[in-house]
Amino acid sequence: MQRIGVFVCHCGTNIAGTVDVKRVVEAVKKEPGVVYAEDYQYMCSEAGQQKIADAVKNEHLTGIVICSCSPRMHEGTFRKAAEKAGLNPYLVEIANIREQCSWIHKDMEEGTEKAVILARAAIAKVMLNAPLQPGESRVVKRALVIGGGIAGIQTALDIADAGYEVDIVEKTPSIGGRMSQLDKTFPTLDCSSCILTPKMGEVNAHEKINIYTYSEVEKVSGFVGDFSVDIRKKARYVDMDKCTGCGLCQEKCPSRKTPNEFNRGLNTRPAIYTPFAQAVPNVPVIDTEACIKFKTGKCGVCSKVCAAGAIDYTQKDEIITREYGAIVVATGFDTINLDKFDEYYYNQSKDVITALELERLMNAAGPTGGNVVRLSNGEHPKNIVFIQCVGSRDVTCRGKSYCSKICCMYTAKQAMLLKDHYPDVDVHVFYIDVRTPGKNFDEFYRRAVEEYDVDYIKGQVGKVSEAENGRLLVQGVDLIDNRQIKMEADLVVLATAIEPNKDVRKIATMLTASIDNNNFLTEAHPKLRPVESPTAGIFLSGVCQGPKDIPETVAQAGAAAIKVVGLLAKDKLVTNPCTAQSNPLFCNGCSACEKVCPYGAISYEEQQVMDGGVRENRRVAVVNSALCQGCGACTVACPSGAMDLKGFSNRQILAEVDAICR
Amino acid sequence: MQEELIRRAKELLGDGTVVRVMGWRKGDLSFNPEPALFETEESLAEFVYDGFCGANLSKYMIKLSKLEGKTLVFLKPCDTYSFNQLVKEHRVDREKAYIIGVGCDGSLDVDAMKEKGAKGIQEITEDGDTVTVRAIYGDKTFDREDVILERCRACKGGAHMVYDELASNADEEKPARDGRFSLVEKIEVMDPKERFAFWQNELSRCIRCNACRNVCPACSCIKCVFDNDRYDTAQKANADTFEEQMFHIIRAFHVAGRCTDCGECSRVCPEHIPLHLLNRKFIKDINTFYGDYQAGADTDSRAPLTNFTTEDVEPSIVQERG
Repeated sequence: MQRIGVFVCHCGTNIAGTVDVKRVVEAVKKEPGVVYAEDYQYMCSEAGQQKIADAVKNEHLTGIVICSCSPRMHEGTFRKAAEKAGLNPYLVEIANIREQCSWIHKDMEEGTEKAVILARAAIAKVMLNAPLQPGESRVVKRALVIGGGIAGIQTALDIADAGYEVDIVEKTPSIGGRMSQLDKTFPTLDCSSCILTPKMGEVNAHEKINIYTYSEVEKVSGFVGDFSVDIRKKARYVDMDKCTGCGLCQEKCPSRKTPNEFNRGLNTRPAIYTPFAQAVPNVPVIDTEACIKFKTGKCGVCSKVCAAGAIDYTQKDEIITREYGAIVVATGFDTINLDKFDEYYYNQSKDVITALELERLMNAAGPTGGNVVRLSNGEHPKNIVFIQCVGSRDVTCRGKSYCSKICCMYTAKQAMLLKDHYPDVDVHVFYIDVRTPGKNFDEFYRRAVEEYDVDYIKGQVGKVSEAENGRLLVQGVDLIDNRQIKMEADLVVLATAIEPNKDVRKIATMLTASIDNNNFLTEAHPKLRPVESPTAGIFLSGVCQGPKDIPETVAQAGAAAIKVVGLLAKDKLVTNPCTAQSNPLFCNGCSACEKVCPYGAISYEEQQVMDGGVRENRRVAVVNSALCQGCGACTVACPSGAMDLKGFSNRQILAEVDAICR
Repeated sequence: MQEELIRRAKELLGDGTVVRVMGWRKGDLSFNPEPALFETEESLAEFVYDGFCGANLSKYMIKLSKLEGKTLVFLKPCDTYSFNQLVKEHRVDREKAYIIGVGCDGSLDVDAMKEKGAKGIQEITEDGDTVTVRAIYGDKTFDREDVILERCRACKGGAHMVYDELASNADEEKPARDGRFSLVEKIEVMDPKERFAFWQNELSRCIRCNACRNVCPACSCIKCVFDNDRYDTAQKANADTFEEQMFHIIRAFHVAGRCTDCGECSRVCPEHIPLHLLNRKFIKDINTFYGDYQAGADTDSRAPLTNFTTEDVEPSIVQERG
């Protein structure tokens, strides 16, 4: 005979404000099986938990239902409380009457009615709960960091410094990421390379860090503490052990027409190349689509000039399979495509550039040697217009609804640097708002306005076009003076919105990590768990989680690292006992479950079954509970209902539905 | 044709290639032959193959492939898809079947003939594209095209997806017909209320005879969920609206991605409910969302609903389309 106890939480006024908790208590008392019900202000508090423990003992409860907040919040708390009182923790059910009820209702009548229904469903389910015992799983003491920008570098360094092995997988031929493309950094104006390259060197030299550049994650299986990852190490066609990094091959390569990705296509590069001089590793790769040898079979210049004999045209992609306890996503960002922003004349004019392109122009190692020129004619610009929020804070479908966060600061930076280098230029900035929260940030912006005389115009630009004299014509509005502005400019710089790296969808899918509408990875909790993905064992570092500047990225990278270290420091993890099991009597052996299982936990074997007195050999599904993560995909794929999930059995779910529809 | 098939069956039985023959035999009327198992050469005297042999024999192979020795089975082009699907799901052992692929000019629909005025049917004869009905209340002659089943108007073509040998009437080159989804599209454009009313009207006629389930090659579970007392579905089946709102929809979901669109469900429905349109809607959506897929075209491809690729359609798009 079941003896169920129901505990209704007020959550202060969070629940009690919209749900008549006393009436819920009275209603559930009438439910069959319920022998005890009470309400309390904060069920999760020490006193609340004591009430649960007392009732379990005094009323000899066989199952309990807590009507409170989401199980994501306090299921663990209440399970522990039950366990302490001597009840199996899996005999606890949560009826979420806060997020799914009180918070979304305004009317007390409706809220109360729904709370009773949700409680009833949980009671129906708990009646069918069975005590479950969790097992243990191992922790592989190695972490994988996907992305070798400043976020990935910092996370890897912090994990490695704590004594754990780390592998970095970087898609491009070198680590360094976006930060390596920047000229100076705000708000201190120190040179980006000067502060980044020592870190790149440190990562390269660290005995606990292993870098796979020109490599991509291809497949991920397993689960927290025990992931198995296939890494595709793309063929470089250059032997990393032999290459001395002399650069002669790059100099002599006759194919020189490929747009240089590192310089945002502002100049070209050879077919054999390192993205930039300080690349780590300083070993070039051959771009087979540009290489004459690969296209025609004739050439081989690089091989001839290489004194080290490092060129190897026969190299093949290599798949490396390694195990990891934790995975950090640090895939960074790119600027959005501007094809839909024709009003800014970006695709039409060489003199309309993005801010990241300006970084390359300002950089001494950039395509113009640090000379900021009009790319149309090589002349120095006299009048420069910056346009803010190009695609940011844009609720139309062509832009991004969010603020890209870094643009106000880098625009102030670029404006000041330009004024520094070329005192004769005029700089105008069209903006919606100037947003500069951050340590020493507003002071930085004010300096641009007050000391450098940068002309900030509150208003937007409607159109950029070509004037008859070959200059650009910028038409906008000044909202403060309420006037139309028409000005000629030599250079227009667009503060283009940033978006997560295109590959993040593929990676998130492999990791079963959730992403939001803008492709940013979602945190486990936006305030309290900002560097963890809701998927256990997956951590977030840098802009893949949301727009960030460098100081924030580095801080978050360190936070992700300590979360990883906290996980890797454990010897064993407690596994979820809510795993799938198959009933051989109902199993057709059709393999549907095996195909949908993301963890490879299902296999098939010939088993002798007794069905209605008939002995028969059948092909039936078997679940390896050590691998099963309880996702339930198999239970819905199974046409005959043979597959069932402990703790969430088909019967339990139907009992809940029945209780709701009653 | 019939004579050729009987002769070949006798040969295969005789030389020991097979130990039994799965085919069709005469029914009590001239238009209702039924699936039948023949174990001797003599019994093949009752074997029949004509335009009314619409019954898909592949499902019988689940049981027959568990027996000792090979079974000869006659499969029309569209039946071979079902056979392959069953092989794919490990329900049928390919090695235990000897398949003769027979040609098909479209299965005849006696109800269509009745609707067109044939009353008191005594005998039906086929001659190419002409079907002649001898009937008590007046003989009738029809163009074959006018009296074939709806499923045959959306014929998948004459090619057999699997066979050991082909009968002389097999036409592997016969192309598929267009307009497979035209009826589905008619239902899609209805507004939700109208559509609900349409299906409610159709499904309200269901007498839950289970013929659709029993004939369906995809409904091959050892224990059907509707018969499983573990989930209390048996009691729920007593609810008044079960057939209207649950049974057929649940069944369509269960066979989604596995249904080959053989159309047997609609052929056997005594209430003439166009059940195959539910399945066809799923097939149409699967094709739209995941690229063209034909269940049973092979035995090793990954079915879209039990596979995942990063190119898969986003849930938001599925949601938008409703």
